[in-house]
Amino acid sequence: MSASATTPEWRDQVFETLQRNRIEQVVYVPDAGHSRLIARAHAEPAMRAYPLSTEEEGVAAVCGAWLGGQRSVLLMQSSGVGNCVNMLSLMSNCRFPLVTLVTMRGEWAEFNPWQVPMGRGTPAAFELMGVQVRRVDDSAVAADEVQAAIDDAYGADQAIAVLFSQRLLGRKKWER
Amino acid sequence: MPTTTDAGQAGGLDRRETVRALLAERTDLLVVTGLGSSTYDVAAAGDHDLNFYLWGAMGGAAMIGLGLALAQPQRPVLVLTGDGEQLMGLGALATIGAQRPANLGIVVLDNGHYGETGMQRSHTAMGVDLVGVARACGFAWAEHVERADQIAGLRARIARREGLGFASVRIAANDPPRVLPSRDGVEIKNRFRRGLGFPTI
Repeated sequence: MSASATTPEWRDQVFETLQRNRIEQVVYVPDAGHSRLIARAHAEPAMRAYPLSTEEEGVAAVCGAWLGGQRSVLLMQSSGVGNCVNMLSLMSNCRFPLVTLVTMRGEWAEFNPWQVPMGRGTPAAFELMGVQVRRVDDSAVAADEVQAAIDDAYGADQAIAVLFSQRLLGRKKWER
Repeated sequence: MPTTTDAGQAGGLDRRETVRALLAERTDLLVVTGLGSSTYDVAAAGDHDLNFYLWGAMGGAAMIGLGLALAQPQRPVLVLTGDGEQLMGLGALATIGAQRPANLGIVVLDNGHYGETGMQRSHTAMGVDLVGVARACGFAWAEHVERADQIAGLRARIARREGLGFASVRIAANDPPRVLPSRDGVEIKNRFRRGLGFPTI
């Protein structure tokens, strides 16, 4: 597992899953763990990728995209999940589909204590608002988990958060 | 408590007449409304399948408009909201300004007050200029609207999709009788998608 956790291919597989499923808007607050996905989304002409000033904007953008007939994905780091709480009432009230991919901080080999509270609170914050949470620790199943989230969101009208664990993403380098 | 502007003074435009004029001769326009009075104003002008009414999610109207405008580039999208709602999503003006969809217009009905909660004064009554914010965020056009005879031009500009636009319409701080559209979010969403020819799931 530690070997697979360090192979980068899973990030490309996740991107290709978004491509195959006709995801047309990729909205994000950047995170190092999402950087390859973000770069590939910007390079893909069939996708419109754009940065948000705060994560809750992305929740609203996803709803607008769906009203206009497009599928989308919201990328963020765990520290941004709390910012989304009230906006997620759009999903509960209107049953908008949501796929959000969240890179975890503050849970494994963390150097920055400021990441810990929101990292720890991430699953509960989603669940508080009715978003279903799945966790990916093994890179071998990452793309399949994203596929399942897309199926559940756009097939069964669900709001799904996929958390990519900090162990999967690897240690952040602090010395330079 | 000195102020540089007070958008809530008597003498602003009537909000209902303003919105009725903005939505007149509607053809392919898609509309998103901010919670509270803007939602009631748009409902009072006539219900429409392609109105998406917010009853909550404060600060989200403009970003719903962005997602929608990018998905439907051939149709004009109007976000109609209040000063308080837009202030809660001020960062969205930066996000939208960075993308500049030519088919999106944001119109703020600015009375300088939080009308839904007891008419407390808002930032725009204390000198904050939303038009200046929109300009600084790179909107192709951004203007103050203070006269009723400017509304037809504003409507035409949005209909022509001539560039990302923003207008702050100075309206009187009054509280007209409520006209309530459906508050069933699933129904409003599904109706909108059906109206554009999409399946609801």
